[in-house]
Amino acid sequence: MSAFTQWFNERAPGLGVAYKKHMTEYYAPKNFNFMYYFGSLALLVLVNQIVTGIFLTMFYNPSAAGAFDSVQYIMRDVQWGWLVRYMHETGASMFFIVIYLHMFRGLMYGSYKRPRELVWLLGMFIFLALMAEAFMGYVLPWGNMSFWGAKVIITLFSAIPWIGETLVHWIMGTLSVPGDPTLNRFFALHVVALPLVLLLLVVLHLGALHEVGSNNPDGVEIKKHKGPDGHPLDGIPFHPYYTLKDLVGVGVFLIICAIVIFFAPTVGGFFLEPDNLLKANPLVTPATIKPVWYFSPFYAILRAIPDKGMGVLALLLSIASLFLVPWLDRGKVKSIRYRGTSYKVAITIFAIAFVLLGTIGADVMPTWLGYLYGNNAEAIVSSNLMIARILTIVYFAFFIFLWVYTFFGLEKTRPVPERVTTHA
Amino acid sequence: MPDKTYRAAMRTLTALLLTLAVTFAASPAALAEEGGSYPEVNINVHDQAALQRGARLFMNYCVGCHSLGYMRYSQMAKGLGLTEKQVMANLDFTGAKFQDPIVSAMPEADARKWFGKAPPDLSLEVGAKGADWVAAYLKSFYLDPSTASGWNNTVFPNVAMPFPLWQLQGEQVAVMNPAGNGQPATVKELKLAHPGSMTPAQYAEAVRDLTTFLAYVSSPDELSRSHIGAWVVLYLVLFTLFALVLKKEYWKDVH
Repeated sequence: MSAFTQWFNERAPGLGVAYKKHMTEYYAPKNFNFMYYFGSLALLVLVNQIVTGIFLTMFYNPSAAGAFDSVQYIMRDVQWGWLVRYMHETGASMFFIVIYLHMFRGLMYGSYKRPRELVWLLGMFIFLALMAEAFMGYVLPWGNMSFWGAKVIITLFSAIPWIGETLVHWIMGTLSVPGDPTLNRFFALHVVALPLVLLLLVVLHLGALHEVGSNNPDGVEIKKHKGPDGHPLDGIPFHPYYTLKDLVGVGVFLIICAIVIFFAPTVGGFFLEPDNLLKANPLVTPATIKPVWYFSPFYAILRAIPDKGMGVLALLLSIASLFLVPWLDRGKVKSIRYRGTSYKVAITIFAIAFVLLGTIGADVMPTWLGYLYGNNAEAIVSSNLMIARILTIVYFAFFIFLWVYTFFGLEKTRPVPERVTTHA
Repeated sequence: MPDKTYRAAMRTLTALLLTLAVTFAASPAALAEEGGSYPEVNINVHDQAALQRGARLFMNYCVGCHSLGYMRYSQMAKGLGLTEKQVMANLDFTGAKFQDPIVSAMPEADARKWFGKAPPDLSLEVGAKGADWVAAYLKSFYLDPSTASGWNNTVFPNVAMPFPLWQLQGEQVAVMNPAGNGQPATVKELKLAHPGSMTPAQYAEAVRDLTTFLAYVSSPDELSRSHIGAWVVLYLVLFTLFALVLKKEYWKDVH
């Protein structure tokens, strides 16, 4: 084995160095908690999406005439095709669950703060690319909701002044409704272009992270206290410690995924929507056009604003605000453990508002309101809209609060310890 | 160690997850679209006898007009636990080969002429509309002289389809709410005017069998999925336990 390693190192010394830098000699804080599983899980899901995606591409037919049938062909005639497709489809939803928790972890422990602003920014670009990737993948089966979802989302670009209409035609490749050209380009972007972008961004995200080192639930810099060997006292090598710890996380995560894939792959119509079992039909609009669940919070913000242009602006702003977090938050204390009470309250309300916006975008809230108002459809619609608007304000208020609270020094923080306090 | 803020953060997370859980729990209600929910039909696609009875009903009453274009006779044989001979003798009335998909013999152009619209392929009907919807639909036909076919349906008003199972269920008529306030008359309830060859209970069973069969056709993978899934989950639980033991062993020296 060592002869083999030596043979390798003589010819490609960089590989061994990189392995050490990123694995065996990457020192991560020893106090990672539950919230720190989601980074490695996101990587796992990415690999799953690529591998299952490659197999789906072998049987999928990217044409308006053949796409829907080819998906059923995969589900019925291709050996294990149903499993591969369910893995891909469940993977897409799990990707967003994992990413949303990963982002929330960043907010909780101030992982976006100096010196990790770039890590956060690159992560946000990954989130953007992922949204584009998921949207285009969602269109490919060419079900009726895919079709109308594509129509609605592409048409959003018409809100851009002057060039809007032209831009919509350019993106869609057709004049009025999505068609063969739309499906073909989405296929190209979904299976080639965006995966390449995603992979590159993930490499940069990890590269940037490993340059500055990981944050931790205490928000203390472990590099401040190094031992005689030059390694952080509160750090442990990523491999084998965190590879093994993450393996446990992977196990639990895969159990959840397997339960979904084998016992409830549609998750009550949230992961796979019943309307997408109807072929795309330009003449029949679904009763309610709504995006798949992971876009629903942003969709609720879009629809909360009565004006289309302003709605699109709010949608863009809701994502842009997340990009700005490292500069909005001027507080010196990173971790929620030692931050002011108001911050804890604010981030809790923010998280709840985000989830509730999701229930509005996914059209679940009207059902809940039905328990209150019975059959009074008018009351349901108006209070649904009212709640959407209040939550939209709450969503944006969080970012404004974050800046005011920290810029004017209103935050009363608790003392941050010198060293990390706990470890799992 | 008992860190108040840490617990506060965990509570935040728990609240978040709980809200998510509640969202998912509300999903069946959210899905009951197109005018409210329907009585639960309680199908079980693992009930092979029900599948076989449902297939027999479909081949006798439905395939004349409706295809199951995504399902092959050969695949159905596997799902129903039947041999090629049994299927070809008892369930293939269209002259199709064993490997062929279940396609109605009715020419689409004629169908369009006769009904105004070609009868839809039913391969994915249960997945798209829900088993409860399909069962309710099949129980809700009533005589209505104002329509072209002479039949109407409370679940799918003014549907072009005539009622092929009338000999089984019998003929229902609608008891109407009086029209008023500018609103047209609405159906109050359906009453069995002429009983069919089945009692209402028998007919309900037949509808359940037919719905069960269509649910299987909608996602044939469901038959093997849960059996495989049980083993996969069992394996993953063992895997996770081993991973946990290994992790604990390595982490012993981390203080």
